[in-house]
Amino acid sequence: MKLLTLNFLTCARKACKQEPAAFPLHPRDAELERVEMELNPEFLVNVLPRLEWKAVRSLGDELGLPTLPEQPPNPEDLMEKDGSNEPTQTLKDLHALLVETSVANGKLVCGHCGHEYAVKEGIANFLLPSHLV
Amino acid sequence: MSRPEDLLPPDLFYNDVESRKYTTNSRIKNIQASMTNRALELLDLRSPSLILDLGCGSGLSGEILSEVEPEEGGPHTWIGMDISASMLGQALDRDVDGDLMLADIGQGVPFRPGSFDAAISISAIQWLCNAESSDVTPEGRLKRFFDGLYASLRRGGRAVCQFYPKNKLQRNMISAAAVKAGFGAGILEDDPGTKSEKLYLVLTVGGGDLGREEAATSRDITGVVNGMTDVDIQDARRKKDQRSRMDKSRVKGSKGWIIRKKDQMEKQGKVVKANSKYTGRKRKIAF
Repeated sequence: MKLLTLNFLTCARKACKQEPAAFPLHPRDAELERVEMELNPEFLVNVLPRLEWKAVRSLGDELGLPTLPEQPPNPEDLMEKDGSNEPTQTLKDLHALLVETSVANGKLVCGHCGHEYAVKEGIANFLLPSHLV
Repeated sequence: MSRPEDLLPPDLFYNDVESRKYTTNSRIKNIQASMTNRALELLDLRSPSLILDLGCGSGLSGEILSEVEPEEGGPHTWIGMDISASMLGQALDRDVDGDLMLADIGQGVPFRPGSFDAAISISAIQWLCNAESSDVTPEGRLKRFFDGLYASLRRGGRAVCQFYPKNKLQRNMISAAAVKAGFGAGILEDDPGTKSEKLYLVLTVGGGDLGREEAATSRDITGVVNGMTDVDIQDARRKKDQRSRMDKSRVKGSKGWIIRKKDQMEKQGKVVKANSKYTGRKRKIAF
C-alpha cells in the first residue's frame, strides 16, 4: 500500500462516511518497504493539487519519516526553471515518499470508529462483515 | 455455456485453481487486453492519471494501464480492488505496479471525494447483481457501489465498465443504478448480436471547471464516442421527452385531461359541449 494511496483511502464503514476523523487512516505496527519505480513527473504534477498535504505530513510523522515542510510544494518548483524540463530534487523526494515507499505489513486504524484494517504483503483487507457495512 | 456468476460467489469461485486458469489462459488474456484498450480509448486520457480498477483480479488490465506510452498520455498509476484473495495473490506473483486492495465493491468505494481521474472495470460489475446472503440485495449493492464511485471520481472524470449482463433485466438494473447515482450514462455495444458481443457502460461525472471543448462533449454522454468509427448512437431521450409531454394530459383536471375525457364521452354517444378557447381555462379570481 503506497503512501500515495493512503492519502486517498478512508474508512469503509457506513457510520464513518460523513466523519472527518475517518480520514486519514492511521498506520500501526507498520513495516515499510521501498520499491523502485520509474519517475513520472507529469503524474505527480497532476496529482499534487488533489493531495491532502496535512495528511501527508501527519502520516510521515506517524511513520517516523523526516518532517515535511508545512506548505505543499508549488507545482512550478517541480521542474527545473532553466527550460531543460528536468525534474527537481523536490519532485524526486516527493516521488520517493509517495510512490516508492509503501506499507508492506501492519494495520490501518480508523480515527473515528477504531476499526483495524490488516495489511499483508502490501495488500490491505477492506472486507467488512455485513453488520458493519 | 454456464455463467460463473450462477455457480458461486466471486470470492469463492476464483479460488487458487480458477485464478491461475484465468491468469494464464492466453485466450482470456487477449480478450481482456482488447477490452482494456477499448475502455482506455473511451476514457480518452491525455496525461498520466490516477485510475481506479474495480475488480482488478490478477492485474491483467492494470498492466496495460501502466504500459501506456508517454505519447498516448501514459503511463497511468492505478489502484485495484478485488474480492478474491487468490486473484490478488496471482497479481502479487506477477509483480504488478499498481496498489492492490482486498475489498468488495458492493460494500462501497472507500476513497475520499474527488480522488480519481478515471475508473475502469472489466468483466466485474455483473457480479453485483447476485445477492449471496439474505441481508443484502442486488439493488442495495449496486447503489453502494455507484454512489461510492460517483463520489470518488473528480468532476469531469469518466468511468468505463465492461460487463456481461445475464439478461435485459440485469442490464437495465445496472444502468438505472448508475443514472440514479448521478452519472451521465450510456451503453456502447461492440459486435452486437454475435457471440463476442461486448457491453461497455460509459459513465461521466458532470463538472464545472473543465474549460475548452471538453466541457461541451462530456456534458452529453454521447460526446464520448464522437469521432469514433463503427459507432451508432441510439438516443432514447427524445422519445422519453415526448412521452413526458404526453403525460401532461394525464394530470387530472388539466386542459388536456378535460379534452381527452370529452372525446371519450363523445365516442360513447353522450351529448358533449363543443370545445372552445374557454375549455379547461382557469377562472378569474372573483374578489
